[in-house]
Amino acid sequence: MEKVINLTSSAVPLPMEDIDTDQIIPARFLKGISKEGFGENLFRDWRYTSAEEKNENFVLNNPTYSGQILVAGRNFGCGSSREHAAWALADYGFKIIVSSFFADIFKENALNNGILPITVSHDQLAAIFSQIEKDPRSQFSVNLPNQNFYNDQGLHISFEVDAYKKECLLNGYDDIDYLLHSKEDIIAYEKKQMVQ
Amino acid sequence: MFKKAQTLFDKIWSSHVVKEVPGGRQVIYIDNHFIHEVTSPQAFAGMRKRGIGVFRKNQTLATADHNVPTKDQHLPIKEALSKKQVDTLVQNCKDFNIELYGLGHKRQGIVHVIGPELGITQPGKTIVCGDSHTSTHGAFGNIAFGIGTSQVEQVLSTQCLILSKPKRMRINVNGQLQKGVTAKDIILYLNAQLTVGGCTGYFVEYAGSAITSLSMEGRMTICNMSIEMGARGGMIAPDQKTIDYLKGKPAVPTGEEFEKLSNYWKQLYTDPDATFDKEVSFDAEAITPMVTYGTNPGMGMSISDLIPQGNSASFAESLKYMDYKSGESLEGKEIQHVFIGSCTNSRIEDLRLVADFVKGKTKSKTVNALIVPGSKQVESQAKAEGLDKIFEAAGFELRQPGCSACLGMNEDKVPTGEYCISTSNRNFEGRQGPGARTILASPLMAAAAAIEGKIVDIRKYLN
Repeated sequence: MEKVINLTSSAVPLPMEDIDTDQIIPARFLKGISKEGFGENLFRDWRYTSAEEKNENFVLNNPTYSGQILVAGRNFGCGSSREHAAWALADYGFKIIVSSFFADIFKENALNNGILPITVSHDQLAAIFSQIEKDPRSQFSVNLPNQNFYNDQGLHISFEVDAYKKECLLNGYDDIDYLLHSKEDIIAYEKKQMVQ
Repeated sequence: MFKKAQTLFDKIWSSHVVKEVPGGRQVIYIDNHFIHEVTSPQAFAGMRKRGIGVFRKNQTLATADHNVPTKDQHLPIKEALSKKQVDTLVQNCKDFNIELYGLGHKRQGIVHVIGPELGITQPGKTIVCGDSHTSTHGAFGNIAFGIGTSQVEQVLSTQCLILSKPKRMRINVNGQLQKGVTAKDIILYLNAQLTVGGCTGYFVEYAGSAITSLSMEGRMTICNMSIEMGARGGMIAPDQKTIDYLKGKPAVPTGEEFEKLSNYWKQLYTDPDATFDKEVSFDAEAITPMVTYGTNPGMGMSISDLIPQGNSASFAESLKYMDYKSGESLEGKEIQHVFIGSCTNSRIEDLRLVADFVKGKTKSKTVNALIVPGSKQVESQAKAEGLDKIFEAAGFELRQPGCSACLGMNEDKVPTGEYCISTSNRNFEGRQGPGARTILASPLMAAAAAIEGKIVDIRKYLN
């Protein structure tokens, strides 16, 4: 997994609430057998009005907005467990997702793919949206070791991140590396269960 | 064994902890793993890359469900990408020596329908699948939840996951259900009351007389849609109904061993003094037949209510997508499609309920009515009971098993702008096809709408 440490970027605002993973990547695009190429269909039905025609009103089609940070309304990533949603966001180029609330499975999938979900308060989220609205080129910085999300326009947010997952992100470790090294413990557990 | 007052969830969780992980997570052992064609190929690719095999293949079962056609399953799949995904599953199961109940197998079906049918789904276990509706299995009193593909790879290769323990929540529903109100109405009601993110971070236990009075099928419908409130999973303590359901199922032991096992199952309950991080209670008598009016399962209401006012941009977008307005009633609204199926409502009990209602009636000419059984076993049982003849006479099309129009990965899609009353679990934008508009409801409400060509209150038929 790619390491995540520090990053400074402009941000893309998507204030809709309860964005489900069916919107992030519709089911008909889940037919791939590799992890590549899903970015092309990220938010497909919001980006396109028909097969070929782009929806010019959608934020990803608006050249004013760009960056590696996606700022979204509360309860981002609800619904289906499809990890394709995380792959699509990563493939498109997002490394950080900021929201006031994340759905559990999506959050875990994001962390497993080197995407850092940052949970902020409702008011902080509103302040971030308002900074982007005033100046779409506003820069935001993430410092993962210190768990800070900040900029030079007065934004200073300390965010929480699971201690174990932080280690993984900083070092590029997968859960599977850890588990493969825990095989002896797993076998010991199985033996103990057999006896009981 | 259990001293301190514990919840059912705590009892099962603590008995599956392999070890503590620095930072507060735990390595949790997974007893059973179900896989399907959509969320497994990248996991197998990852294992090939790492040069590792499946750690416990006897605890892994595969089926093809999400992508499969529901017509002519004996013929090669026409859609090239779907075919490739299903073929990839077949190849992976062969290469990694995993049992596959694929197309043509007499036990094939939706993963959350076949697990309980086979008796693999048992109380006290930990069960995962790369599908958010894995919560369905919790109806048997176990910890079952959906996972991503990275986690599918972890379970395939180590039979474990590294998890943080969710908070515990209990939802009580007490009292007697009104006529025409089903398990589906209970869960749609809870979704509406608690909202689409209302249980995020929690693992829910459902309790109360309205829950325990449900059949196992009804309990599965309840637990199935736990995820729609954001819950990590849902569970119901096992009781005599659970034991009776499982007795004689293929994966359940017999004789003395069964007695021993069922005695263990009887110990699986929340101790009277145990506390939850959150607890809410509802009155079953307040629940009426439900319908959704928006684009998430929390946007539901009683069929006698009017679409509420909302003040967010998301709410307005949602009604715009549905082409509905605040203050309108859904009663009398036309629909063009009826879908009876999905891991929420495709079991034999659902089909019997529909058959009983439509017997002697004919569907409206303006409606396409599709019934997709949850498994080959449900399909053959329906035929054995003559339900297929009833459906045919009423103008309903009985198809072959699969996820079908719940998510439209196969040919079963709802065309842009058209309305479908559906017994499935999600009314998200485009869920049943690009631009499709979904109204979630019970099998009874869906059947009544098929007859009339518009949404009706099922209760008017019952008096």
